[in-house]
Amino acid sequence: MKLHRITALIVRHLYLYRRSLPRIMEIFYWPFLDLVIWGFITLYLARYQSQVPGFVTFFLGALILWDMLFRSQQGITISFLEELWARNLMNLFASPLKPGEFLAATMTMSVMKVTIVSIVMASCAILFYSYNILVVGVWLIPFVLNLVITGWIIGVFTTSLIMRFGQEAEVLAWSMVFLFQPISCVFYPMEVLPKWLQMIAMANPAAHIFEGMRTVLSTGAPPIGNLAWAICLNGALLVGVIAWFYRTVAYCKDQGLLVRVGE
Amino acid sequence: MSTSVLKVSDLTKRFGDFTAVNGVSFEIRPGEILGLLGPNGAGKTTTIQMLLGLVTPTAGSIHMFGLDLSTHREEILQQVNFSSTYISMPQSLTVEENLWVVARLYGVSDIARRVQDIVKKLEMEEFSGKITRKLSSGQMTRLTLAKAFLTDPRILFLDEPTASLDPDVAHKIRSLLKEERRSSGLSILYTSHNMREMEEMSDRIIFLQRGCIVAEGTAQEIIDRFGKADLEEVFLKFAREQRQSSS
Repeated sequence: MKLHRITALIVRHLYLYRRSLPRIMEIFYWPFLDLVIWGFITLYLARYQSQVPGFVTFFLGALILWDMLFRSQQGITISFLEELWARNLMNLFASPLKPGEFLAATMTMSVMKVTIVSIVMASCAILFYSYNILVVGVWLIPFVLNLVITGWIIGVFTTSLIMRFGQEAEVLAWSMVFLFQPISCVFYPMEVLPKWLQMIAMANPAAHIFEGMRTVLSTGAPPIGNLAWAICLNGALLVGVIAWFYRTVAYCKDQGLLVRVGE
Repeated sequence: MSTSVLKVSDLTKRFGDFTAVNGVSFEIRPGEILGLLGPNGAGKTTTIQMLLGLVTPTAGSIHMFGLDLSTHREEILQQVNFSSTYISMPQSLTVEENLWVVARLYGVSDIARRVQDIVKKLEMEEFSGKITRKLSSGQMTRLTLAKAFLTDPRILFLDEPTASLDPDVAHKIRSLLKEERRSSGLSILYTSHNMREMEEMSDRIIFLQRGCIVAEGTAQEIIDRFGKADLEEVFLKFAREQRQSSS
């Protein structure tokens, strides 16, 4: 064993961290998120343990729905990364392909991924825990549709960042969505959050879907208000994020970043 | 009415304080092969990237087939293609799968026949079913050329298309390009660091240095103008001048 070879590799990695904010942030990111999410879950259980019926129903349902959002986002971002890794972006953007067509293709890929993953997860839940996600009833359809759109919003946003900042921002493809998890109130109700965080969570369409899911499961009442919020927020944010994607493409073309994004 | 298929006027690209391309103007006529020469950093690649709509010009205009690229991107790029030693294609797909994807992207009709024709034309039969990751660099170059020919373009931008090919395959590619130009009136913008190839292929040559056109004409006209023995000597003169001015 030679120390100089080991230190050479350590220095090589430190060089990466020295110039990469996303890499440095990642060191703190996951422990922080774990603390926030599990902290709120603990708070929820401590406060409402006796009043909450069917924990398994809540948690498994939430987990399956969260994974749909996650796969929807991944469907967009990973499709872009596949082109970046294959050094194929130049072939695509020098063709008649429009940015909107590129997004439409990645969104379709995302729907296909969500469909397959949902079937697998729902089947496993029945097999291992005798839990049927269909217990949510007919509301499952608008819930899933809205979560897929929220996944697209996060996916397009992340893709724009990777396009703008290059390969060192790749880590966002896996980490960005989890930034939204604490304010999506996946495993606990919005009221567990401090007031200031509740205000932020209100602007997150996913939070309204998970609130809606808990309402349906605990009271059976139609979650019309939650759905209305989610649809309006998703519509506005989707339009905004697509406009931002177009702006990013134009900026990258102006700065010559589109041809260097894979370097 | 312009007879050129490509008309570039006062094309300029600045990245902050650095001017990569500075007021470049040129035309390509139908069926013409125009050589774009210059040392590294002269602005060749940035020029081609602007012609492909990958980089937005700071000033100037690009017209192809009488249409402005800034307002008719889709119609123009439908009739244009490119190949470069420096690009790649999805590595996990087979050669034929890659060609099918490109054909669909450009809306090529009768894809199966067209892919078969192109594979035959570029003598790719023995590796057309191979995964792209496993191709040699010469085979990869032929794949990117096949991608460029597949869509039946009216203008082809070729950035060092024969750089990694053995002399025999490179000769076949050059013959194919000349034949395509003869039979279909294909216009080509060609860059290479092989000066003999440039002399053989180009009807006209443009020399770029520090983003500006410093010479234009047939290979012989340029050689005579600078009193050099061949194009390589002219190239060396410009490359050394550029290096000296940068240092």
